[in-house]
Amino acid sequence: MMAGILSYGSYLPMRRLPRQVIADATSWFNGALSGLGRGERSVANWDEDTLTMAVEACRNCLPEAGRDAIGQLVLASTTLPFADRQNAGIAKEALLLSDRTHTLDITGSQRVGTSGLIAALEAAVSGKTTLLAAADRRHASAASAAQMINGDAGAALLVGPGEPLAELVCARSMSVDFVDRFRASDARHDYEWEGRWIREEGYMSLVTQLVTETLGEAGLRAEEVDHLLFETPMPGVEARLAKALGIRAGAVARPLFLEVGYTGCAHPLLQLAATLERATAGEVICLVGFGQGCDVLLLRVTAANDGRKPAARFQDQLARRKVETNYTRFLYFSGELEFEEGMRAELDIKTPPSMLYRDRKTILGLVGGKCRETGVVQYPRSDVSVAGNARTRGTQEDYPLADRIARVRSFTADYLAYSPDPPSCYGIVEFEGGGRMIADFTDLPEPSLEVGQAVRMVFRLKRTDQRGFRHYFWKAVPVTDQNTRRQD
Amino acid sequence: MASGIRDKVAILGMGCSRFGERWDTDGPSLIVEAFQEAIADAGIDPGELQAGWFGHAGNAVGPGAVPLALALRLHNIPVTRVENACATGTEALRGAAYAVASGACDFAFALGVEKLKDSGYGGLPGGSRGPFYDATNANMTAPGTFAQLASGYRARHGMAADDLKRAMAHVSVKSHANATLNPKAHLRTPITMEQAVNAPLVAAPLGLFDCCGVSDGAACAIVTRPEIARALGKKDIVTIKALQLAATGGWEAQGAGWDYSYVPTTRAAAARAYREAGISDPARDIGLTEVHDCFSITELVTMEDLGLSKDGAAWRDVLDGRFDADGQIPCQIDGGLKCFGHPIGATGIRMVYENYLQLLGRAGERQVSKDIGFALSHNLGGAPFHNICSIAIVGRG
Repeated sequence: MMAGILSYGSYLPMRRLPRQVIADATSWFNGALSGLGRGERSVANWDEDTLTMAVEACRNCLPEAGRDAIGQLVLASTTLPFADRQNAGIAKEALLLSDRTHTLDITGSQRVGTSGLIAALEAAVSGKTTLLAAADRRHASAASAAQMINGDAGAALLVGPGEPLAELVCARSMSVDFVDRFRASDARHDYEWEGRWIREEGYMSLVTQLVTETLGEAGLRAEEVDHLLFETPMPGVEARLAKALGIRAGAVARPLFLEVGYTGCAHPLLQLAATLERATAGEVICLVGFGQGCDVLLLRVTAANDGRKPAARFQDQLARRKVETNYTRFLYFSGELEFEEGMRAELDIKTPPSMLYRDRKTILGLVGGKCRETGVVQYPRSDVSVAGNARTRGTQEDYPLADRIARVRSFTADYLAYSPDPPSCYGIVEFEGGGRMIADFTDLPEPSLEVGQAVRMVFRLKRTDQRGFRHYFWKAVPVTDQNTRRQD
Repeated sequence: MASGIRDKVAILGMGCSRFGERWDTDGPSLIVEAFQEAIADAGIDPGELQAGWFGHAGNAVGPGAVPLALALRLHNIPVTRVENACATGTEALRGAAYAVASGACDFAFALGVEKLKDSGYGGLPGGSRGPFYDATNANMTAPGTFAQLASGYRARHGMAADDLKRAMAHVSVKSHANATLNPKAHLRTPITMEQAVNAPLVAAPLGLFDCCGVSDGAACAIVTRPEIARALGKKDIVTIKALQLAATGGWEAQGAGWDYSYVPTTRAAAARAYREAGISDPARDIGLTEVHDCFSITELVTMEDLGLSKDGAAWRDVLDGRFDADGQIPCQIDGGLKCFGHPIGATGIRMVYENYLQLLGRAGERQVSKDIGFALSHNLGGAPFHNICSIAIVGRG
């Protein structure tokens, strides 16, 4: 049976923080940080987290048809927002997958993305289709190297039976309790051990061993590898590793460090998505995940990959950028700095789980209603349609709105409402094909929009209550050349 | 066939507290302050009141309508609390008017009160609007919902942003000027166009001076039937000519076609109110208006919704002074929500209070000199896309 990677997608938040901004603010304290002050890192907006980035990566990955074939949804990360409430289950609601989907969170190591990919490829052979997403929004202390090195991102792969874009040649894993980093269950930040030890005993030793073994098992020579996908928080290691393995220097994947940063669990899959966008048929990819051991996957690109493009290409997402030059805003958005937020921020709004369950499609899936009798689309759906149909009860059929382009009908930038990123911008948006809603706008380059401007919907955090419950909903972002999504 | 309420209800007495940041007083005291003026004006004994309607939108006096009876020591009469967002005051008046019009009571009263300045907020206090609303609606405030009228109005009629901003500023400058002559008004300092245009933004394009005062206050109306008023020796009687309310069925926010440049419920309520009052040409017959100027842009589009300006012309009419104190149809002669203040539960009754005083020639320094004819009050509860609009028209005789 043919099986393998059927589709891929990635997601980068819009904001980029030049590392020099961190260095300028903190090198008085730790002069060594100046040495890392090159390039920029991706930064999640205040309303983005691991879950929302994973959902957006999945939306970029999902083919126009075929959601019904997805048997399982796996979410891989060590920064999942909920410790007990299945995060993949929330993503499943946002993506409108079947209630019979097998959903699973996997976590515990930086290589959980590649481990998830190995499991998904194994499941594909037995006929199961997996949507695998990996994302990370890792917290790091102010004035830490990790704060400069980390980036925020998500990536997703659809893996299953069918004509693959890339097929598995061979995969191997190694598990050793090599504690390059750890984070206790109740801790916010990682603790890292000395870099030179990680480099020599970890990357250069463990990874070299396993790549060599896997190539041997596959009957491939090192020089046959066309793409070595291995990037670490330590810039430059990948080139040294390639040399040690005998892999061509030109095969080392372009590091994402200068443009994105090191994105944790998401990184190998992000590199894979970026590579598949330009790989050609027959090329061999060596994908490595590292964390308390390592995973090595050898993949071969197929002819089906040629000319294939995801909904939002990685290159386009790199181009969709807003430079963040305010270090305190970055700290505040990432929860590392407490602001006096004022009385309006004290308002504590609960999301009753009974309501959320009852209206999960409406809230988490942005499903509206279409009147069977009049064809009128509305959000939210209601017992009696908004448009005249003699007020017959129960004529509304599910009508998903999340993937539809909408137009701005009204706009304001509200400086009175509490928002972590004032002003709070919102207005009526009207979907192509019908239906309108009053939506929050996010990721605006400036706090202004014109009536008539095109927007698309994204899954975001709406608020976090005082008990730590994170309430997700949909917001509108401007459509730009870089993020135009397909229309149904 | 319903016969409506025209000429069936006479206003026997009215009262209104001083509005403002009433640090000196609480809800019950404001109730007493407004009631005492009204009962003295009515010239009856409080014991003759047979029913009361209590308008209170917040939560400053305790649950239910009982706080009204408690504050006034009215024993064992029916009291009913009503709430319809910022249109709460007119809703209370409607209850009392219907009670006497039906013949169920000879004397009924409506009293609206709000004590906002114990909340600690600069603007209106925040709060849950219900779990589903909180889960799916944008992160909005009142100024933000009304500010969008400006975006819709400008997109439809195509004037420059600066022109609309100046027209909005003129609305507020006019109301500040009017309120200088009103001893009960909250904000009595005149402002200039420059101040209004250059004020800090609250919700774009609304600046600080485009937003009404957040005030404490109470207002009261005592009503009866016209024949009873005359039997009591009242020679100059103000009667209700129309009292119409229209609530949205959700078309604006959920349907298609509304462009956020007007308020459909106002148009519906106005059309019915004009029919009820027998008004065929509102711009000719209505001499004075008190409208729901929670924000300057609301007043501006309301001039069109009431038919006092042609569609797309209100911004020019405003700049031309058509609604100024010496204009053709003075609007907010008492300062309006903008400057008299906006204690939510009291506002609708306060509007009728001013129209009542003006019709009787008792408005003091701010008395309009011309023959007023009909006086209209327009009280809007909710946001432009989700509201109930109340229109009351009063006249002499």
